[in-house]
Amino acid sequence: MLTDVIEFRIDRHSGVSTYMQIVHQVEQAMRLGLLAPGDRLPSAREVVDATAVNPNTVLKAYRELEREGLVEGRRGLGTFVTKSLASEATAGDDAPLRKELARWMSLAREGGLVVEDVDALYSAVREEHYPVEERS
Amino acid sequence: MIPLSADSVGKRYRSHWAVRDCTFALPEGKVIALVGPNGAGKSTLLRMAAGLVRPTAGELEVFGTPVRGGTHPDVSFLAQNRPLYSDLTVRETVRVAAAMNDRWSAERVQEVLGLQAGVDHGAKIRTLSAGTRTQVAIALALGRLPRLLLLDEPLSDLDPLARDETLRIIMAEVADRGTTVVMSSHLLADLREVCDHMLLVDEGRVQVDGDIEEVLARHRILVGPAADESAVAGTLVSATRTQRQATLLLKDSGPAPQGWTDAEPDLESLVMGYLRASRARSSAPRG
Repeated sequence: MLTDVIEFRIDRHSGVSTYMQIVHQVEQAMRLGLLAPGDRLPSAREVVDATAVNPNTVLKAYRELEREGLVEGRRGLGTFVTKSLASEATAGDDAPLRKELARWMSLAREGGLVVEDVDALYSAVREEHYPVEERS
Repeated sequence: MIPLSADSVGKRYRSHWAVRDCTFALPEGKVIALVGPNGAGKSTLLRMAAGLVRPTAGELEVFGTPVRGGTHPDVSFLAQNRPLYSDLTVRETVRVAAAMNDRWSAERVQEVLGLQAGVDHGAKIRTLSAGTRTQVAIALALGRLPRLLLLDEPLSDLDPLARDETLRIIMAEVADRGTTVVMSSHLLADLREVCDHMLLVDEGRVQVDGDIEEVLARHRILVGPAADESAVAGTLVSATRTQRQATLLLKDSGPAPQGWTDAEPDLESLVMGYLRASRARSSAPRG
């Protein structure tokens, strides 16, 4: 069985709780198609070995993902992804929108923009198209 | 089963109450942060739970059994002064500890010592750094195969690498054996990432007791015009005020009135708010 499907990166200074970081990272991996239905999430013990976080926090994050209907805990076996969040638009390196964004970003880089410029532009355009009050 | 509970526990040294009227019941299998400033009563509380100090008032129970004159077999206690015989080597220390404990896993001790990079088994205890002594003492504590692990300032003298090793060992213990862990520290930053429950003590009393996320979710910080404070609903924990502006820490607050901003506190500001409140109470003239 593959135990290293994904690895969590816990940023202890981000101000975001460890539990939310794990939830977000699983969701993001699912959107990008890195996690697909049938994949097993790392066990609490595996996460502890990799990151020294509290195993209860990992289990709590998995319960939240279960409540959202994205994963399922199977007794004695582990926690498995049951749903796909990936679509043709988001999964894989050759998804059309991703390729377009990659093209845009290489233009930005060639144009001498630094990462803060890129982030500022991206968030400004995102705000225009996805106003906060419309987000679910 | 409740691993540790206290019912109106107090401890008086001469005329000074180090701990007074403490009542709580800790949840099983959790990692509990026992936080509070120096002198708050944390060590006294842990020593009473370990059966080394007898309460002046009230009673503690460990797994449903009253604590009386000794450490419960399911409890391991890491004392703050890490009492080890300074003339023995690490290897001899492990052998002595094995002889002193009825339930003992030599395998577990070796496993833990093996995970700690800096420990030389042939070295005498007195030649070890404070951090290495702590690591040896933690290995011995785990050798008792505890169901409740009481750690008094376990991280205080560890360098960053040893700190990471030690947290990993303790968290693996929780994952593998479901051990309940109580860790004290006067530094909140040490514990916030690895604990799911908090017991905040100050002036010998329990100030906050609960699941950290739940405690945070019940509190709000409201900032608004000082003249308009009466419009705010909820239990006021503490406040800081300038001439015009008031910053209020509230428990179970209502919606923020117009003109006030409203945010969930982070753990630091919550703890600071409660400590400020307990200091204000203890310095107020008693009527």
